[in-house]
Amino acid sequence: MSATLWFVIRRTLQVIPVVLAIAALNFLLLHLAPGDAADIIAAQSGGASAEFTAELRRSFGLDLPLYQQFFVYIGRLLTFDLGFSNVQHRPVFDLIAERVPATLLLMVVSIGFALLIGVALGIISAMRHRSWVDSVVSVIALLVYATPQFWLGLMLIVLFSIMFGTLPSGGMMTIATDMSVWERAVDIGRHLILPSITLALFYVAVYARLMRASMLEIYTFDFVTTARAKGLSETRVGLVHAASNALLPVITLAGVQVGHLLGGSILIETVFGWPGLGRLVFDALLQRDLNLLLGILFISSIVVVLANLAVDLLYGFLDPRIVHQ
Amino acid sequence: MSALLQVEGLSVQFATDRGPVRAVEDLSFSVAAGETVAMVGESGSGKSTAALSLLRLIEPAGGQVSAGRILFDDVDLLGLSSRQLRGVRGSRIGMIFQDPMMALNPIFTIGWQISESLREHLGLSRRAARDRTIELLQRVGIPAPEQRIDQYPHNLSGGMRQRVMIAMALACRPSLLIADEPTTALDVTVQAQVLALINTLKDEFGMAVLLITHDLGVVWETAQRVVVMYAGRKVEEGSVSDVFERPEHPYTRGLLKTARLTDDRAGPLVEIPGTVPNAFEMPHGCRFAPRCAQAFARCEDGVPPDIKVAVGHDVACLLAERAP
Repeated sequence: MSATLWFVIRRTLQVIPVVLAIAALNFLLLHLAPGDAADIIAAQSGGASAEFTAELRRSFGLDLPLYQQFFVYIGRLLTFDLGFSNVQHRPVFDLIAERVPATLLLMVVSIGFALLIGVALGIISAMRHRSWVDSVVSVIALLVYATPQFWLGLMLIVLFSIMFGTLPSGGMMTIATDMSVWERAVDIGRHLILPSITLALFYVAVYARLMRASMLEIYTFDFVTTARAKGLSETRVGLVHAASNALLPVITLAGVQVGHLLGGSILIETVFGWPGLGRLVFDALLQRDLNLLLGILFISSIVVVLANLAVDLLYGFLDPRIVHQ
Repeated sequence: MSALLQVEGLSVQFATDRGPVRAVEDLSFSVAAGETVAMVGESGSGKSTAALSLLRLIEPAGGQVSAGRILFDDVDLLGLSSRQLRGVRGSRIGMIFQDPMMALNPIFTIGWQISESLREHLGLSRRAARDRTIELLQRVGIPAPEQRIDQYPHNLSGGMRQRVMIAMALACRPSLLIADEPTTALDVTVQAQVLALINTLKDEFGMAVLLITHDLGVVWETAQRVVVMYAGRKVEEGSVSDVFERPEHPYTRGLLKTARLTDDRAGPLVEIPGTVPNAFEMPHGCRFAPRCAQAFARCEDGVPPDIKVAVGHDVACLLAERAP
């Protein structure tokens, strides 16, 4: 048990240098851009004197050596201070904090859906290797894999919102004040269906293909023969002995792809008007809101790092060999 | 006396891009209750394929039994439904494999893997299966079984893992144990311990053992009878003492010479010249003829028949025919 605890502690501590590196990169990006906050404010005030700009620099600490500014920057990060958006006139952290829950909800639901369906399809394909089921799953997976997400999103809107009128075409919730908590949850759920399917389908295809290949490889291992020699049914051999081992590379890939998924969700949020980080990035890019962009970059990096930490801890739980390495 | 296991005319083939390949051809042998029979041959002789095909474990690997009967307690295993076959596997016939690291599932505890058999075949409760598993671990010589039961295969040494495999194979007290190269992957010092354990348990459980090996020393120490395989065919069969003292087939003689069981071990290493024939270019006649110093014209005409040279001692070689 102590080995497991030690593994969790060790793996969690590894996050610290990664986060520091991200902060350093972020800091350098900020200083690579021409001009600084003092220049911008001076320009906005219209015809500021050189003394006024220098005064601004002193008050923001911009006249300090770079390494000192870095320590100040780290200190501010520790207090969740990501700077100020001069476009939206609000602290960057507040802007991001408002949007993160919506994006996380979309991502978690999508990745959960993709894993569940993808893994199930992969298992069925592998257990019915070379049957018509396997062929059908393979063809569908390839089709979905090759479909552009934004197009799929638009088509789903056309189909379910416009033609059938069963699901909302965008937004996260109906504007109403008299909803109970339960009604609100159902409402958000209905809004979530189309964007999460759009985002997840690509990954369903990826996980189905990987799970199938992984299962087929595990099937050649001796311990599968042992399981059969024990007199277990083919279903039990597949689901218990092969699938549990085959799941490991799928989990690994899912962890690696969290960043990719975050990028994909930006596109999907734009298509579906989902009020998450995606829209914020879109707006920040259009308005050249550098502080906000770097803040989002930093926070999304942290999300990816934490997601990978979660996957590694889960991996240690699924594969007992990892803990002892 | 009817044998516990009687294999008659067993042929196993694999489909390949270049057509079917016969890995085992027309193999017949028997194992009596409580007896240890060794099947020897070099790599590619078809001995492991034969062992796997007895429980029809060769089918998922793309192999197929194309002819023959496998009578176990007078029931042909090839005629059983998959459900009936599962009742035999792991329950009445246990099996252990060459590399216990590969043969154990890495992500389940050894206790879970052993008790899975017990729960599957005997319908034991979780609690009862655990108690029985601890007993089994103790029986196969694993110290502190109460702690070991919750460990994973990677926590154990190679010898311990093979003991776990043995405990798993014997969990339901089978009447036949098929051991496919059970000591090959183990350290030399551990090999003897594992063999001794199999021997002890065989007597204690009153089971028969079919031991697949390439090690003639192992055959001599553990088996009563031996089946010698070459290129998918049986070339000689008899009691271990008969075959070791009066080997009739030139291949058996060659094997015994290379094993240097009795010869002066200081001399140069002996080898059988040539290699096992390619599966796609099998000789029409005796498959050993191309490597045989004593081969003559008729050896290449057809497959030599089994010739009885003594009671229970058969050899598939025309030389035996000419002997007085």
